Amino acid sequence: MKRVVDARGLSCPEPVLLTRQALQEQGIKEITVLVDNKVAVENVTRTAESLGCQVLVTEQNSDFILTLRMN
Amino acid sequence: MQKHALIILSGLTLGALAVFLVLMGNPGNYGVCIACMLRDITGALGLHRAPVVQYLRPEIIGLSLGATLTALATREFRTTGGSSPLIRFSLGFVGMIGMLVFLGCPVRTVLRLAGGDLNAGVGLVGLIIGIVTGTMFLKKGFSLGRATKISPANGIIFPLFILGLLAAALITPSFIFASKTGPGSLHAPLFLSLGAGAVIGVLAQRSRLCMAGGIRDAIFFKDYHLLYGFLAVFIAALAGNLLVGTFKLGFVGQPLAHTDGLWNFLGMLLAGLTAVLLGGCPLRQLVAASEGNTDAAVTVLGLIAGAAFAHNFGLAAGPKGVPPAGQVAVILGLLFTLGMGIAVCKFKVGGEVKNEKSRGCQGTVVS
Repeated sequence: MKRVVDARGLSCPEPVLLTRQALQEQGIKEITVLVDNKVAVENVTRTAESLGCQVLVTEQNSDFILTLRMN
Repeated sequence: MQKHALIILSGLTLGALAVFLVLMGNPGNYGVCIACMLRDITGALGLHRAPVVQYLRPEIIGLSLGATLTALATREFRTTGGSSPLIRFSLGFVGMIGMLVFLGCPVRTVLRLAGGDLNAGVGLVGLIIGIVTGTMFLKKGFSLGRATKISPANGIIFPLFILGLLAAALITPSFIFASKTGPGSLHAPLFLSLGAGAVIGVLAQRSRLCMAGGIRDAIFFKDYHLLYGFLAVFIAALAGNLLVGTFKLGFVGQPLAHTDGLWNFLGMLLAGLTAVLLGGCPLRQLVAASEGNTDAAVTVLGLIAGAAFAHNFGLAAGPKGVPPAGQVAVILGLLFTLGMGIAVCKFKVGGEVKNEKSRGCQGTVVS
């Protein structure tokens, strides 16, 4: 199952908090996280990598799409 | 450790520059303090009339301009707004009262501790408990809601305000107040302060240095990245103070400090709580405001209004202690902030985790 976290426009540390919540769910292999600033990209990437995920970041318009895959 | 290099470098630089600025003329343990320096600027603009704390601190001007120029150069300047601006203003306002009862922001808490001021240790305990309380609200779903992209015209107002302060600092017109005695009269030369502020602004923008965030992430997520910056400030300032002979261990006779433990504790508890609910300490708010974040700019205006109020109504502490009105204000500030926390948690406006309905994320996510 794949889940989407829309954290655009949210203050620090809410994007990280939501990402962690989503990653803690059973059976989740992949999560897409949407954020709209570099700080959130860095914070979510750091958190996801520390939890053993591979992170792929793509930029679309002025938003960022982070694809998190559980190793 | 390589991925932490920038945040450590930023912390070390800030700590070292803070000691240097004191050596060059700033008051003791007051090389950098976002709260006190904004308070001094508030006084210089005549928004409060406490004659001993009025000076257009160039460190704030340099820091903000450094952050703005770096954000522009890295294409990170984005104009956003609309995330509960009035709550942010209010939290900035009451947070400033807490910081002026303690006499320092989270940055100065570390600098005071690195100068041997043990009262700051009491403040640090309050700061940590405030941050823990704030994270409990976050766990319960506290969110000030989404900011959205807004007209760039909004984003240039704060940098224009800072440019106005720069012009005033350079031209020194007669309507700008400047203390003749007291802490406001003690300062490093203008261009040194401006340059040091700019260096800190560039590094803080790149590294996202945030003192309250460091403690929050360490406790909340076991993520020590920002905490390394916090520790680096302490280590550099401690080493610097020991080197130049400004380290003095104890509670009594510390520069710009009082020994009333209860109010040092409660003042910083309020500061920590508001910082977590706002998403960052005053340093981070100032940097974000300089990057086009108008919600952070409104928070800085709240800090300025809080400083004006604190000195116009005799709430701010002095070396002799905390006036009764300041004690009442901190209690009211705590009640207000806790009330806001509960009220906001009941009306959830934050982000959401959704199941994707089709392949690819475009068009499938409710924004």
